[in-house]
Amino acid sequence: MPDQSLAVELTGITKTFPGVIANEDVEFSVAEGEIHAIVGENGAGKSTLMKILYGMQAPDEGTIKIRGTSVHFKTPKDAIAEGIGMVHQHFMLADNLTVLENIVLGSEPRKGAQLDFAAGRERIAELGRTYGMELDPDALVESLTVGERQRTEILKVLYRGANILILDEPTAVLVPQEVDELFGNLREMQQEGETVIFISHHLDEVLTIADSITVMRGGRTVGTVSPDEVDAKQLAELMVGSELPTPETTESMVTDVVEFSVKAVEAVSEIGRKVLDDVTFDIHRGEIVGIAGVEGNGQAELIDVIMGIREVTGGTVEFGGQDITHWHTRERREAGIGIIPADRHRQGLLLNAPLWENAMLGHQTVKPFAKGPWVDRGGARERTRAVIERFDVKTPGTDVAAIALSGGNQQKLIVGKEMIAEPRVLIAAHPTRGIDVGAQAAIWDELRAARAEGLAVLLISADLEELIGLSDRLLVIYAGRIVADLDPKAVTPEELGSHMTGVGVEAAS
Amino acid sequence: MSVRKMLLSLLAPASAIVFALIVASIALMAVGRNPLDAFSSMWSFATTSTSVASMVNRAIPLYISAVAVAVGFQMGLFNIGVEGQYLIAALFAGWVGGNIAMWAPLHVTLIILVAVLVGAIWSGIAGYLKITRGVHEVISTIMLNFIAYSMIAYLLLNHFRDDPNKLNLQTPVLPESGWLPDLNFLFTMFGFDEPRGIALQGFLVIAIGVGVLYYMLVKRTRFGFELRASGMNPGAARMSGVAPKRMVLTTMLISGGVAGMVGLSTMFGNLHAYTQDFPRGYGFNGIAVALLGRNSAVGMALGALLFGFMDRSALILDLEDTPKEVVQIMQGVVVLAVVVAYEVVNRMIERREIKAAAEATRTADEREGVAA
Repeated sequence: MPDQSLAVELTGITKTFPGVIANEDVEFSVAEGEIHAIVGENGAGKSTLMKILYGMQAPDEGTIKIRGTSVHFKTPKDAIAEGIGMVHQHFMLADNLTVLENIVLGSEPRKGAQLDFAAGRERIAELGRTYGMELDPDALVESLTVGERQRTEILKVLYRGANILILDEPTAVLVPQEVDELFGNLREMQQEGETVIFISHHLDEVLTIADSITVMRGGRTVGTVSPDEVDAKQLAELMVGSELPTPETTESMVTDVVEFSVKAVEAVSEIGRKVLDDVTFDIHRGEIVGIAGVEGNGQAELIDVIMGIREVTGGTVEFGGQDITHWHTRERREAGIGIIPADRHRQGLLLNAPLWENAMLGHQTVKPFAKGPWVDRGGARERTRAVIERFDVKTPGTDVAAIALSGGNQQKLIVGKEMIAEPRVLIAAHPTRGIDVGAQAAIWDELRAARAEGLAVLLISADLEELIGLSDRLLVIYAGRIVADLDPKAVTPEELGSHMTGVGVEAAS
Repeated sequence: MSVRKMLLSLLAPASAIVFALIVASIALMAVGRNPLDAFSSMWSFATTSTSVASMVNRAIPLYISAVAVAVGFQMGLFNIGVEGQYLIAALFAGWVGGNIAMWAPLHVTLIILVAVLVGAIWSGIAGYLKITRGVHEVISTIMLNFIAYSMIAYLLLNHFRDDPNKLNLQTPVLPESGWLPDLNFLFTMFGFDEPRGIALQGFLVIAIGVGVLYYMLVKRTRFGFELRASGMNPGAARMSGVAPKRMVLTTMLISGGVAGMVGLSTMFGNLHAYTQDFPRGYGFNGIAVALLGRNSAVGMALGALLFGFMDRSALILDLEDTPKEVVQIMQGVVVLAVVVAYEVVNRMIERREIKAAAEATRTADEREGVAA
């Protein structure tokens, strides 16, 4: 049973990034020896809060107390010295070293000037026995299963003497059986007096393992509840919020012409896991179809399939009545499929190239950017000026490198160059992520205007206001499947929350 | 703005050369020589017509090699195998060219085509391995170098040899229709002395053509844009419709094709055959020149000339009893210093642009503020 003293106490934590408030006046406390879960949507501020606690980022305001003492962490080293350890979602292990070498790396036991592997081996065996996490210390990490790698990470943190452990979405990478093992390990750790903080958005898991649950939404802590007091549906509602924005009462422009459809599409990941399963939907001319869902549930794969970057293992993609399942990306773009990529730095921009070359990207084979095999520099610059003008991109000119622009202006350039090309179908992934409210409203207006002209839009977003405000139809994606088809005008927070977190699926099955 | 930008980009190579001169001075002083004397004798020796011709002759293969490397660099591909590609290309070009005689322009064109084709095939192997089996091109091109050396030795000895009874191990000598005339008339035309005992190679014209084509391809064509886009951001290039595998293969083929021409200036203007002692090393020095010239058509030409100048002027140091290795130290230092200096200057340019963009945002905001 957790005793009354607090292991961690965060008060009034505020952290802003340019244009974004990641944490606002957050209150968060964890009792000594408990398993404490933090739940919330992507972008709710969970990771930022944990990075602050682990010393990776300094808060703008607020205080951190560890076991009653106020601390200031400059780097994770300071946090480790206070007994805080973090296991990241993406493992940070050297594949070609052994478990032993990975665990001692950075705090190697020494005997004089020599490494004392024997002492390390002894200590790891002891930790393994204590916490029920025995591993072969001489196995190469590359030969381990995902669950074993995670155990290596946890042992690595324990080896450094951590007694407050932060686990960032530890179950996201595990199969159900491994999840059970992990929970067993967590219980063992709890019995040995460790405090565990655990980030997740799998509500049923959280309810199984946690002693208390803190819910975050929009950079704030909404509340801390005990798993006895709530059920998954109530928790989901807390996550999504009790008030959903009311959609603007715009006249529906949806025609009955199907412009784009995805039929029973299936895709598998590199390791053979199904990432898209029987995904089916139509988008009509003049319709915006919204896709809601917690990130990592197949949205990225769906975009890749639609753009022809990922091969399907089943099903078809149709555009204007034609089967385009096996078309090349270029053919799809030339036929009029526009894309606002989810990650502008990884997929949308050439940061060191001038704006006019960035505006060209994705349209380099067509007018006004190309003249036969040649680049039409004049045409490209002129088009770029038009984008800058119409979408209010703040820049000294068309020849500035994209990296010089702020994130919001980069995003406006990307949205602008796609919209101005007048696509027939637009795949818009987080079209207004990271831009200010005014620019956001302008982009929404552009999307609405284009819809009125007959554009078919697939809108993928984490912003519920955007989804509900723009979509004519709202689909929910969970674990690679479309689990709900909702009317944005009538949807309740409870419904949306349960579908997004998979509660609805379990209730149905 | 653009004038200042140009001055800024000149700053990088200039400061690198100054830095290299300082390091070389230290090296010269360490061996007990007066650096100023050494530099001035290098300069006066290297500015005679004969030296200029020799320097340009040395620069030609270096330049073509640099262009071959730069084509790959543009999309982040490291073709380390230019060395093997040009040697094996020269062997085949020499053998084919030496066994036929025809109208001169056709003969020369045929030899060039054979070289380009063989170079492209050789680098294409590495490209094919990369896209089908994921073999990194650095590994495969290096290995292909060794395979090329062995294959050349075997083919030259057993199949392509001119005459087994002759002492020299070489391909048949090209008939004169397969030679390129020298350009020594250029010196007399502009009122300089004619170079003595050396001929300014006619292949210079083709090297300049290669540079112009390279510039046009990279900067002015859709293909060049996609090439650079793939290098800058593969994810974005792919989203824009570039097929990554096809791009890798095409780039390797172009790079190898250009590489195939590296040995041709020597073949057309000097040796007229592939000989056992055919000059080696241009492939690796080309990498240095590509770095020095930052993949720019003009920059690489200057870099190749600088290397040619240093190679040539090293000869006088030898005569004056100074170790000519000092020049090699300078070559190495120049490359390192240029890489560092460019990074510094690029950051300066980037900071200026960020400032300008921030300024534009602020003034726009203020205008709106006033209006509102």
